[in-house]
Amino acid sequence: MTEPRKFRYIGRHRRAVEHRRFVVGRGRYAADIQLQGLLHVAIVASPHAHAKIISIDASEALAMPGVHAVVTGEELIANTEAMLPGVDAPQVKRYPLAHDVARYSGEWVVAVVAESRALAEDAAELIEVEYEPLPHAVDPEAAMGEGAPLVHPKHGSNVIFRRVFDWGEVDTHFAAAPHKLSYRVRWARSSTVPIETFVVSAWHNDATGILDVWASIQMPKFPDQLARALRMPGNAVRVHFDVDVGGSYGVKRGIKHAVLVGYLARKLGRPVRFTEDRLENMRGGDMQGPDRIFDITLAFDAKGVIKSMRMRAVDDVGAYAGRSPLQLGKPVGAIVGPYRIGSVQYEAVSVMTNKTPQEAVRGFGQAPTNYAIESGIDKVARFLGIDRVELRLRNLISKEEFPYLIPSGTTYDSGDYATVLGKALDAAPLKEFEAERDALRAQGKLAGIGISTCLEPSGGNSSFEPLFNPKNLTTTWMDSCLIRIDLNDAVTALMGTSTSGQAHETLVSTVVGEVLEREPDSIRVLHADSLNALPSNSPVGSRMAIMLGGAAAGAAKKLKAKLLRIAAHNLGVPVADLQYESGNVFVAAAPDKRMTWAQLVEIAHRRYHQLPPGDEPGLQEKFVMEVPTGGMLPTADGRVQMYPCHSFESHLLLASIDPDTGKATIHRYVCGHDCGVMISPDVVHGMTYGGIAHGLGAALMEKFAFSADGQLLAGTFMDYLLPSSKEVPSITIVDHCTPSPLTEFGQKGSGEAGYLGSPAAIAGALNDALAQVGASIDELPMTPHALWNALRKRRDIA
Amino acid sequence: MKAAAFDYIRPDTLGETLDLLARHGGDAKLIAGGQSLVPMMAMRLTRPALLIDINRLQELKSLHCVDACVTMGAGTRQRNVEDDTALHARLPLVKCALDWVGHAQTRNRGTVGGSLVHADPSAELPLAALVLGARLHFQSKAEGKRELAVEEFFLGPMFSATGEAECLTAIDWPQWGQGAGAAFDEVAIRHGDFALASAAAQVQMDAQGVCRRATFGVGGVDGVPRAFPEIAQRLVGTSLEDDLLREVAADAAADCAPGNDPHASAEYRRHLATVLMQRVLRQAAQRAMATVGAHA
Amino acid sequence: MSKRKLVDIAIKVNGVVRETQVEARTTLVDFLRDTLYLTGTHIGCEHGVCGACSVLLDGDPVRSCCMFAVQADGLSVTTVEGLAPERGQLSAIQDAFCEKHAMQCGYCTPGMLIACHALVARNPHPDEAEIREAISGNLCRCTGYQQIVDAVKHATGQKSGAHD
Repeated sequence: MTEPRKFRYIGRHRRAVEHRRFVVGRGRYAADIQLQGLLHVAIVASPHAHAKIISIDASEALAMPGVHAVVTGEELIANTEAMLPGVDAPQVKRYPLAHDVARYSGEWVVAVVAESRALAEDAAELIEVEYEPLPHAVDPEAAMGEGAPLVHPKHGSNVIFRRVFDWGEVDTHFAAAPHKLSYRVRWARSSTVPIETFVVSAWHNDATGILDVWASIQMPKFPDQLARALRMPGNAVRVHFDVDVGGSYGVKRGIKHAVLVGYLARKLGRPVRFTEDRLENMRGGDMQGPDRIFDITLAFDAKGVIKSMRMRAVDDVGAYAGRSPLQLGKPVGAIVGPYRIGSVQYEAVSVMTNKTPQEAVRGFGQAPTNYAIESGIDKVARFLGIDRVELRLRNLISKEEFPYLIPSGTTYDSGDYATVLGKALDAAPLKEFEAERDALRAQGKLAGIGISTCLEPSGGNSSFEPLFNPKNLTTTWMDSCLIRIDLNDAVTALMGTSTSGQAHETLVSTVVGEVLEREPDSIRVLHADSLNALPSNSPVGSRMAIMLGGAAAGAAKKLKAKLLRIAAHNLGVPVADLQYESGNVFVAAAPDKRMTWAQLVEIAHRRYHQLPPGDEPGLQEKFVMEVPTGGMLPTADGRVQMYPCHSFESHLLLASIDPDTGKATIHRYVCGHDCGVMISPDVVHGMTYGGIAHGLGAALMEKFAFSADGQLLAGTFMDYLLPSSKEVPSITIVDHCTPSPLTEFGQKGSGEAGYLGSPAAIAGALNDALAQVGASIDELPMTPHALWNALRKRRDIA
Repeated sequence: MKAAAFDYIRPDTLGETLDLLARHGGDAKLIAGGQSLVPMMAMRLTRPALLIDINRLQELKSLHCVDACVTMGAGTRQRNVEDDTALHARLPLVKCALDWVGHAQTRNRGTVGGSLVHADPSAELPLAALVLGARLHFQSKAEGKRELAVEEFFLGPMFSATGEAECLTAIDWPQWGQGAGAAFDEVAIRHGDFALASAAAQVQMDAQGVCRRATFGVGGVDGVPRAFPEIAQRLVGTSLEDDLLREVAADAAADCAPGNDPHASAEYRRHLATVLMQRVLRQAAQRAMATVGAHA
Repeated sequence: MSKRKLVDIAIKVNGVVRETQVEARTTLVDFLRDTLYLTGTHIGCEHGVCGACSVLLDGDPVRSCCMFAVQADGLSVTTVEGLAPERGQLSAIQDAFCEKHAMQCGYCTPGMLIACHALVARNPHPDEAEIREAISGNLCRCTGYQQIVDAVKHATGQKSGAHD
């Protein structure tokens, strides 16, 4: 660390609170919740990419003993509200089940409820659905063309969102620049694919009118959306946030799942569970990720200083859209990456096709954009014959320039990019990587070094909502914490969202322990349910260290202030004369005039006569925090402060390609990382390792491929490949700390760390290797077959 | 993903098993390791009415080594072969192949015979059996014992010459003795998966560095694993120079008829076949020479 | 054939013989979770790839989604709930997983622990390559495997790589 430790608990190794239950099999995931009389759902899915549903015959299924219901889209449309997109496209309506028309292969058409999942599957097999196939759109560029089959004819076009932003003097900069370089890169449709599929159970108590919901969610405003779709008052839907979520990284939204199960639970008066099986999850779970074509032109001078950029991003969002078009919006807040690019033209296009819908994926669209930018940086370096590190150093925003306003209206809070890059180069060290690269080349391998320098915007805000939808004026994106000290003087903190691996209990107890100077392991952290929670926007956008950490600190500070007031009142001195130490309070000038933690708590709970006038009895405080820098609507030309904080990562790796088979191997990997003050370093490092591995998957093997017929070709774990321990290399992380001036402890976010830079760096390494023979590749994933094709194309040219 | 309903029987003897097979024929399916069968049942790609569990038939777990042959019960777990170092010396190619098979969890259940009968064209053990020229022992109630050369066994993807009422009981693995070297190689995107293409070779060298015996083949490229005994004959009597290996690998690959699929084009598969066959031949030769102390 | 025919089984689970009836088609993992309420064993893919459902069968790691519960009749199964030496204690591997932050969401963790216990039982001092091989049939989406490898090294008395 570059700065002296000034915290008692923050930044230290501490065992995560959550682990203790996970290692003994005592986690409590959605599928673990036992409900008496539970019924199970199975799905009948469309086998066609696009088809009219002519008829559905469920009579045989309904006649089976143990089958309780069969529902279709018709029934749901009559009884629930549609789920609408995050952009202004009111005719693009989604219901849990297709009605009239199925718009992608795998779309849910019928749901069967039975006493066991096996029985429900038996019944599902007996349901006969008659389809009439319709022409379909699979290629996003073709889908934008004249005469393409329309996914939602009422919308009038397959383009669900398009806007061209001009930020700064793009034309002038382009005219003045001696060099322009245009390129196309393609980010393949992959996703986060957690090991737990989506699970939701619901039970409606007719007497209380409350629908209880246990779901593996990571979704802002889930309870509100669910209540709205089910036409229930908000106070009739109770979502239990104390469910452990088996990974999400963005995708566990499950709103259509929950609407279906909530509806069924009310209809049947029995608890109902739907556990997606892996086949339903992959093709019908609506959780595939960005699928983008970037066309970019960079304008730069002879020294490689990039002056301006034109970027067009076409994103294939699939057959329906929730928040997916907004994934082109978040990158607006870091559209120039860590570089001093003076002006930008950005055209964002979201296209619908007859494919499984896209959902939010780790980074919310930033990882593809980072890959696109970094590819260009490497191309400019290669074009000018300048070393890639040197070129970056010429373009990186320097430490002295912060806070730094980028053309699209976001101010970067702080950073020291060159130093972090330097630390990664030293840790490698680069000379060693180069020597190993040369040795690999001498053995006949194609070997290369990859570098990326990427931003991780953090502190998740909603600014892209009004930016991409003028009817949406959301500028509030709060998170909250409630803390109380009980009569027996123990501390309990309550958070208002579920956790999917981010160790929030550890985060909150560390922060509260830090502020109150109490042992974090003595502090209990609970997840509320939606009817007694303070407002939260869930762990999206790398925000919880900043927002939940900030809210916990805010509430703890209020409690501390109250303890000081009680002490001041009872010791007869002003608060300013007091010193707080480990929960005890004494007069600074006379340390034996003191009150202990237990005494102060006793007064608050039992001795009203000793409480300062005006103070409420008991010890409980809440803090609802708005995102720092938040609250701003975009300007007319589309400038806005997107996220408040900006973490930075610099990746460096050595990779090789077997020229005979196309198989890539990663030999060495270093990541320099700066996310400000780390509250839980083990957690930050863990997320960074995991993010790098996830990015490796996107770069080398993961793809939801579709056939020309619109059939998903990667619908199982045998053909959609998550990297194993043999593909992910040992990784070295080098920390740096540039505190954020905007947050409580100087922390920034890190939930998307690693993933935002590793695909770019890995692609860079493989292109560096291919460059040995004049070949290149600009499309993910870089599978052995794809790399071999790139080599062969080069050989054919030669 | 729950299997369709079925009846389950776990016979205690092979005789009982054969009776059941005779009685139920195509409605019944034997389950050994189940590592491919159970997922297929979960996806309802197969739905036997009766599952006959042969995991506890001691008759299928024998191991006899006589002269130039290792007779292995079909129910032998892959993990047991992996752990038997004495067996590795006798059957070096089987050991090399197992290094590429699945994971600890699947090898603990998966059986050698089960892998052969499943007849996945990309699987490692079928290729090893074919390349070594194993002989397969079957039994059925109607026809008693039957032996089949492995060359006649693989008929297509997931399709073998196992009769409807037959049980594969044992595999005879030829043991080559002194001077044998083996190699197995494959390209898979992810470790432990079925390969895009795989290749296996075993050669025997004399002290002068001359090849006395050679066999090789390729998996995952055709609808069945392929061996090339006639082409391999060209290696005998040579010192396995690189040029020759390249030539025979190319000729063998030319004899394959790969198809296009989402994972790899026909052209790429054929190319991999050439590269991998050449590699395993070279590596097997080096290992063989190391055992006899010869120098190329 | 009756669709709901039940079969008697007796399986020793975490040291206790459990006698009950199941449908033949019930997988071992569904039996553990739905009949015995041992929900520590997780389901990830149900087709034998992810390893989340790993348990020890007579001491060896297997995927409990790839066998039917009836097949385990008379055999002994250890689940994650049975790995600790005693209630309230942790095994060395469990303890090291906590110490080295070898998990995040915890979903693959039970399967990982099973794989690592089995590894260390066979090989008390595995090197990094052996550890990576042993857990290669267990997919984890959170950790990138690094801290799991570190934990196994730590549990077996080896120096584990610090990040920095």
